Amino acid sequence: MGLTLSDNCSISHLLEEIFRREGGKVLAALIGRLGDFELAQDVLQEAFVSALERWPHEGVPVNPAAWLVTTARNRAIDRLRRASVGLRKQKLWQTQMETEAYNEVTFAAESFPDERLKLIFTCCHPALNLEARVALTLHTLGGLTTPEIAHAFLVPETTMAQRLVRAKRKIKAAGIAYAVPPPHRLNERLDGVLAVLYLIFNAGYNASLGQSLVRAELCAEAIRLNRALIALLENETRLEDEPEALGLLALMLLHDSRREARTGPQGEIIVLEEQDRTRWNRSQIAEGHAMLDSALALRRPGPYQIQAAISALHSQAAQAQDTDWYQISMLYAELVRYNQSPVVRLNWAVAVAMATTPARGLEMLTELETGLQNYYLFHAARADLLRRAENWQAAQIAYSQALTLTHNEIEQAFLQRRLDELQVRLS
Amino acid sequence: MRYVALIYTNESEDMKANPAEQQAVMEAYNVFTTAADANGARLGGEALHPTSAATTVRVRDGKVLTTDGPFAETKEQLGGYYLLKCKDLDGAIELAAMIPGAKTGSIEIRPVVEWE
Repeated sequence: MGLTLSDNCSISHLLEEIFRREGGKVLAALIGRLGDFELAQDVLQEAFVSALERWPHEGVPVNPAAWLVTTARNRAIDRLRRASVGLRKQKLWQTQMETEAYNEVTFAAESFPDERLKLIFTCCHPALNLEARVALTLHTLGGLTTPEIAHAFLVPETTMAQRLVRAKRKIKAAGIAYAVPPPHRLNERLDGVLAVLYLIFNAGYNASLGQSLVRAELCAEAIRLNRALIALLENETRLEDEPEALGLLALMLLHDSRREARTGPQGEIIVLEEQDRTRWNRSQIAEGHAMLDSALALRRPGPYQIQAAISALHSQAAQAQDTDWYQISMLYAELVRYNQSPVVRLNWAVAVAMATTPARGLEMLTELETGLQNYYLFHAARADLLRRAENWQAAQIAYSQALTLTHNEIEQAFLQRRLDELQVRLS
Repeated sequence: MRYVALIYTNESEDMKANPAEQQAVMEAYNVFTTAADANGARLGGEALHPTSAATTVRVRDGKVLTTDGPFAETKEQLGGYYLLKCKDLDGAIELAAMIPGAKTGSIEIRPVVEWE
């Protein structure tokens, strides 16, 4: 046993820290051993309670994570013995557990294999619905509690709890494998994992007021999980085939570097052009650039890498007017080849307008009108280009249209501010 | 684990096939069954007559109510099934993706309840 801490408070603090940092790894090892999500989570919880009781007088074990795995595993054996499982099954269990021949002393000092890659692929399995994948990933790998996830996604706790239970039952009933997909399926399955991570990040990034605290945590969590994913792929020597994993991390780091600058003291929106660029996080930008470089060096471009490259160009401009809009518009043209969604084309039109003339961008927007006429950002973007073309009256109409299409107070405040500025021009 | 792969396709489209096309579909199914049998994954399976031959039965208040046709009118109809034995869902997905019906219709994979 290592250091002795008699203070209960610091033990619970330490456990919280271990849960955040190593909870995913511990859980992954347990699921691998027990083959059952719900059982693994239940006994892990019991192991944490047990640690809270025992560590204050027994001391903190040398390898706390390994201690938790062993204790939880023993709890699981107890449970299975007590439960009315068939005799044959029970025998099988006992032999399996005994031949493993771990005991608390030897195991606690050893490290255990990191099986989180399996866990990531199970949680993000396409046979689960997207909401379940997001919730399960945050819950098992991110170490977020059910109330925290519920709060972040604005659903009642009971709804989130049900969603998690249903997902775990489906994994068991449908026989979703606890395994890294075979090489010929890795690429398409990894796309699914990256999509979940990006969704978690965006849920955090598009924060609204009052949510901002929990939401910032979602961004950090997505980044942390992406880092872990990269390290795990590297261990399996599969990273070089999957540069999009690096591209997504670059993209998230570059976006996140502007988090402080994108809202004002009252939580109001500050658009990229008006942000105080000295408030951008330089070390995140540097890391994002380095990450993007190593992705691009693998010479397999993809949508995350392209988006990261766009973000990188923004971060290179010391002032808004230094932005290389020509390069950015070329990158959007490339991105449209992967993703033809109207929103991507909207951003493309804006980039073209900035690189050439507002009129050219407005022309491109007309083509998008039918698909996006109920989308407030379409009207806001159009209004912005009309404003740049000094067509004040048309801009005013477009801003008013945008204003009727959003219920978000922060967005409303932003559009109202623009309208007020136009009023000055018009009077 | 055991899974049932339910093959749903658009019957009216299937019926438009000329003899050569029908022959090609039959051969494609033969390729699938050969592949599935090679690793002992196919436990059973049948092709079904179209829904024009279907009869739906309900018992209400002790009376047997018989109606012509399938339970629900849908765009795709159940045309056959396989009973498969696979290690896990990924194994079942791999096999289901090889069923010719997956190219035009859809395959629903359902795990079989194993009574202990």
